Amino acid sequence: MSAATGTAMQGDSGAPVGRFREFWGYFSANAGAVLGLVIVITVLLMALLAPVIAPYPPDLTNNAVFLKPPFWQDGGSLAYPLGTDAIGRDILSRLIHGARLSLVIGIAVVAISVLIGTVLGLTAGYFRGFYETAVMRLMDIVLTLPSLLLAIVIVAILGPGLMNAMLAVAVVVLPHYVRIARAAVISESSRDYVTAARMNGAGHLRLMFSEILPNCAAPLIVQASLGISTAILDAAALGFLGLGAQPPAPEWGTMLADAREFVLRAWWVVTFPGLMILITVLAFNLLGDGLRDALDPKLKR
Amino acid sequence: MLRFVLTRLGLLVPTFIGMTLVAFFLIRLVPGDPIETLAGERGIDAARHAALLKEHGLDRPLAVQYTLYIGRVLHGDLGKSMITQAPVLSEFKSLFPATIELALCAILFALLLGIPAGIIAAVKRNSIFDHGVMGVSLTGYSMPIFWWGLLLILLFSVKLDLTPVSGRLDVKYFVEPVSGFLLIDSIMAGDKDAFRSALSHLILPAIVLGTVPLAVIARMTRSAMLEVLGEDYIRTARAKGLSQFRIVSLHALRNALIPVVTVIGLQVGVLFTGAILTETIFSWPGVGKWLIEAISRRDYPVLQGGVLLIGTMVMVVNLLVDLTYGIINPRIRHQR
Repeated sequence: MSAATGTAMQGDSGAPVGRFREFWGYFSANAGAVLGLVIVITVLLMALLAPVIAPYPPDLTNNAVFLKPPFWQDGGSLAYPLGTDAIGRDILSRLIHGARLSLVIGIAVVAISVLIGTVLGLTAGYFRGFYETAVMRLMDIVLTLPSLLLAIVIVAILGPGLMNAMLAVAVVVLPHYVRIARAAVISESSRDYVTAARMNGAGHLRLMFSEILPNCAAPLIVQASLGISTAILDAAALGFLGLGAQPPAPEWGTMLADAREFVLRAWWVVTFPGLMILITVLAFNLLGDGLRDALDPKLKR
Repeated sequence: MLRFVLTRLGLLVPTFIGMTLVAFFLIRLVPGDPIETLAGERGIDAARHAALLKEHGLDRPLAVQYTLYIGRVLHGDLGKSMITQAPVLSEFKSLFPATIELALCAILFALLLGIPAGIIAAVKRNSIFDHGVMGVSLTGYSMPIFWWGLLLILLFSVKLDLTPVSGRLDVKYFVEPVSGFLLIDSIMAGDKDAFRSALSHLILPAIVLGTVPLAVIARMTRSAMLEVLGEDYIRTARAKGLSQFRIVSLHALRNALIPVVTVIGLQVGVLFTGAILTETIFSWPGVGKWLIEAISRRDYPVLQGGVLLIGTMVMVVNLLVDLTYGIINPRIRHQR
C-alpha cells in the first residue's frame, strides 16, 4: 500500500511528496512498526490467497486422522504440517482461512465504529449544547461498563453469531472515536481557516466534513489502526465464549473454544490458533504505534 | 475541593440512570416475550400467561414499569434467578469475594512486577533491558488471555504437574467462610494445608488476569518516569550531588506515580473483562463465570442484576480514582 503510493507520488514535486517522505522517514526508522507492517501484509496475503495456498478446504474432515500431531512430532506427517483437530480437519488450512475472518472482523468493526463515531463526535463538537451532553453521557455509560461485559450483553440480546458479535464490538469501541473526533473538532473550530470558510458562506456540512474533518484525521487513523487489534481480540474472546462466530467457522477464537477439552492430550489444537491471534494483534499494535509516532512527531520520545 | 467532589458526584447520577435504563431494557429487548422466556420450553397456557403478566406488572405502561423497577433497585431488590430462584443480590454477594480475591492478587502481581520494571526501563533507557521490557509489555498487551490461560495450564498443570487445573480449593478441605477470601479464612482457621491448596489454585488465574494490567502499568510507569526525569528539579537534585538511587526513589518516583495511580484505577474495568475469561478457563467460582453461565441458561434477571451491579461498582471506583487524583495532584482540582 505504502510502496504503491510512494512511487505514484515521486513523479510530482509538490508538498504531498514532502509530507509522505517525512512520514515514511519517521515510520521506516521504527523497526517494530516495519515488522508490524510486514506481518500485517503477510496475514493480508494469507487471507486473500487462502483457497490457493491452504492444502485443504477448511471444513474437510478426514476420519482417518483424528488429533494427528504436527509433522516434527512422532506420528505426525507433512501431509498435515500443523496436525489435525478432533474430527480430522487440517489445522494449517483452518488457520489460513481464519485469517480471512479475523481481518474482515477487524476492518468491518473499525469501519462501522469510525464512521458512526466520527459523525457523532463531529456533530457533538460542532453543535455543542444539549445534543453534545446527551451524546457524551451515552458514551460515558458505554465506557463505564467493562467492554467484554457490554459486548456479551449485546450478543445475549441479539443472539450469538459473527455478525452480532461484530456489531457488539463496534458499539463497545465507539466512544474512543467519538471522543477523539469531538476533541479535535473543538480545538479546530476556533481556528482562522474555519472562520474564513464560514465568512465565505460555507454551510454546516461543508465546514464539518470538508474543512474540519481532514485536519482531525491523524488521531483517528492512529486509533483506527490500534482499534483493529482490539476488534480482533474482542471478537476472538466472544468466539471463545461461544458467542461469536459459530462452529464450523474457522475463526481463531472459536477454534480455541472447540479445542479446550483437548488441552490435556493435544497441545497443538490449542497452541496454534492462539498464536495466530497473538501475532496478528501484536502486528496491528506495532503498526498503530508506528503510525502514531510518524503522524505526530511531537509525541515521539 | 468540595466543589470538585460535588461536580464529580453530580456527573454520576445521569450515568447511573443510563445504566439502569440499559439493564431495564436488556430483558425487554430479548426477542420473544419475557413470560415465555421465563416459562422456558415447556410452554404456557393463555390464562396463566395473562396472570403472570399481571403479577410481574408487565401489563402496565413502560414508564410505570421503569419507575417500579428503579424503586425495587434502590431497595436492593434485583429480582430472582430463574434457575435457582435465589435473589440475584445474595447470589452476587456469595460469589463476589472469589472475584475480588482473584482480582486483588492479579493487580498485586501486576504492581510488584510492573512498577520496578517500568522504573528500571526508564532509568536505563534504550538499554537491552528497556527494549526487553517494552517488547514483553507490548506482547502482554496484545495477549488473548483466554489462550494464555490454556497455555499456562498446558505447561504448569499438565507438563510439570505443579498447579491444579481448575477450581478454588481442593475438595478435601473445607474452610468456614468469614471474609470470603480463602487465603485469609484458611489462615484464620489455622489450616496450613488448605491455605497451600488455595494458594496453588490462585497462582495461575492471578497471573493470567494480571498480564494485561502488568503490561499497561509497566509502560505507563516507564513513560511517566521518563517525563519526570527530564524535569528541572531532577537536574537540580543531580547538581546537588545526590545519588542516582536517591534521585529516582525519592524525587522522581513520587511524581511519576501520579499518572500510574490513575491507570491502576482504570484497570478495574479491564480486570472485570479479564475475570469473565479467566474464571471461565479455570472454573473459578466468581461473578464472571456466573454471568457467562447465566447467558447460556438464558437467566436474564441474573444478567440484568449483574450488569447493573458491576457497572455501578466500576463507576464508583472510577469516581474514587478521580477524587484520589484530585488529592494527590492539586493542579487538577482547580481546573474545570
